[in-house]
Amino acid sequence: MASAALTPAPAPAPAPAPDARTVAHPPRERTSSWPLVDRVCYWLCWATGIGLCVIALAIVLFMLVKGIAYLRPSLFVESPAPSLHQSQSGGFRDPIVGTLVVTAIGTAIAAPMGVALAAWLSEYRRPAWLARSVESAVEMLAGVPSIVLAIFGLLVFSQGFLAFLSQGAAQGSLGESFFNAGIVMSLLALPLIVGATHEALAQVPDRLREASYALGKTRVTTIRSVLLPAIRPSIASGVVLGMGRIIGDTAIVTILLGATLKNEPVGHTPLLGALRGTGSTLTSYVYNNSPAGEGNAHEKAYAAAFVLLMIVLALNALVTRLSNGERPAGERGRALRALRLWPLGR
Amino acid sequence: MDPLMPPPIRRIALDREPNVAAPAAAPASNGAPRGPGGASLRAHRSRPASARVLERMRIDSVSLAYGANWVVRDVSLPVRQGEVLALIGASGSGKTTLLRSLNRLTEITTGAARSGAITIDGRDIHELEVNDLRRRVSMVFQQPNPFPMSIFDNVAYALAEQHIARGGRRRRRTPELARAVEDALRRAGLYEEVAEDLDRSALRLSGGQQQRLCIARALAAGPEVLLLDEPCSALDPISTATIEELIVGLRESVAIVIVTHNLQQAFRVADNVAFMHLGELVEYGPSAQVFERPARQRTRDYISGAFG
Repeated sequence: MASAALTPAPAPAPAPAPDARTVAHPPRERTSSWPLVDRVCYWLCWATGIGLCVIALAIVLFMLVKGIAYLRPSLFVESPAPSLHQSQSGGFRDPIVGTLVVTAIGTAIAAPMGVALAAWLSEYRRPAWLARSVESAVEMLAGVPSIVLAIFGLLVFSQGFLAFLSQGAAQGSLGESFFNAGIVMSLLALPLIVGATHEALAQVPDRLREASYALGKTRVTTIRSVLLPAIRPSIASGVVLGMGRIIGDTAIVTILLGATLKNEPVGHTPLLGALRGTGSTLTSYVYNNSPAGEGNAHEKAYAAAFVLLMIVLALNALVTRLSNGERPAGERGRALRALRLWPLGR
Repeated sequence: MDPLMPPPIRRIALDREPNVAAPAAAPASNGAPRGPGGASLRAHRSRPASARVLERMRIDSVSLAYGANWVVRDVSLPVRQGEVLALIGASGSGKTTLLRSLNRLTEITTGAARSGAITIDGRDIHELEVNDLRRRVSMVFQQPNPFPMSIFDNVAYALAEQHIARGGRRRRRTPELARAVEDALRRAGLYEEVAEDLDRSALRLSGGQQQRLCIARALAAGPEVLLLDEPCSALDPISTATIEELIVGLRESVAIVIVTHNLQQAFRVADNVAFMHLGELVEYGPSAQVFERPARQRTRDYISGAFG
């Protein structure tokens, strides 16, 4: 190079055209020059990622194969029955109803509360110390194991003045009922709904708020008529995430719902009696029928687990759809592209 | 300096020898409402001067600060219906802050402080309930900011009283509401273009249409004063011309204050021009006088620089 520069050239040679190939495919970064530790960690990262995908795939496939093999339409309409014979132990109609009821109660409580809380956190925040405390409380709630929530719920709902929500201690109940399980379940969903709404509100540009204030609208009107409608997809996906959390929980069902074989209403009032009574959900049904539980009816456990998985996957798909709803069409492929598996492709 | 204001941290900016010639003289007609006779000042203008000029707002030695930073210092101006007032000046001269203080939007920013008095029809704006004031002194922003709802709902939202304001897509349409919305859209010169489909999302309109929708929204509640913060800076020349015509046409029914960086625009639409520099009012007068025979050197520099 240096010698070439020293020799007097009559006319500078035209710069060679850049090799199209190197432009299109720049040489891949090589790990061979890295320290050994970095290289090992790098490969561990890849191994973990691929391993995770394999596990996820295995769960879905395994449940698909096992579940479909044992799934019968009759399982959806029959109540569970106490029997040692698989053919006579009924289906999981009651657990499905239980799952729906608990989810409905939990969501009905958590959604309005969560949205209101997030709106206050995002738009008012006065006094500041209270806002910070609320944020910490929500974060703490998100981290509390559900079994702790369940035990706490038992403590609260076994108090006499809350006995109307369940069968009551007088009848030997510890405070298990659909009401109580649903109320505690709402605490599980609350942080997810608050988080989604809070984040979405933070992303609403300030000029939208100013536009509303400049028309002489109060904060409340602005929140209700402009901000919340604008972030409806985010609220919806937060709520659906919360529902997924409720559907998947077992600890609260076992402790606060009784996880009984059938849904057992209290008294004779049609709806209220059922809600005050005990019952089970799909999760507790799977547990009880699995080899670990007492039922030892693993076929039914597989079938129920498959149904549970399908419900949760459907909810996840719904979340993806909802949160993609407002994005321009071109960006939709991003998630798929991010899933590209092979690290060193091309 | 006003004793009520916090001491400024930026001494440098304050102690600097004012490179603006001198504090502006108070506007000659500040105070008494001007009758029809006062309009003769603008006889030179090609378009007919407004027949009735009525003072709606008055800015009286107003200083504004964000925290310890002085943004506007001791400005006095009248705001009159029948005339358009343009605020011109370089970036950072406090025009927008002054404009926002007229309907107390500055209060949204924490740490904003004010001294001096701003009155509307003789009453201090701080005596009024803030949302009441903002319905009387409406504002249009630099970026078109329609709400993510239908065209109809955008205007209807402005009309709705607080207690019946409804969110969501379906607002109850009474014939009166539909008439009021149509009227506001007509005043903003948008009705013909959108009449067929008022349920279309406002976000699908072009930028110029969106801005006129924002003007319609601002006009819907029947304000006395309309504040425009660089309303055309995000628009193409054709939309700009439409909106300028609109502004000139509206001055009969509302007092208009417009902040603009575009001097030709100020010359085209304004009856009076106030030139601000570093938070101070340098010059105020009829627009022909400010643009053709500026009294201060600083004004002359700014205008000639901008005109090339």
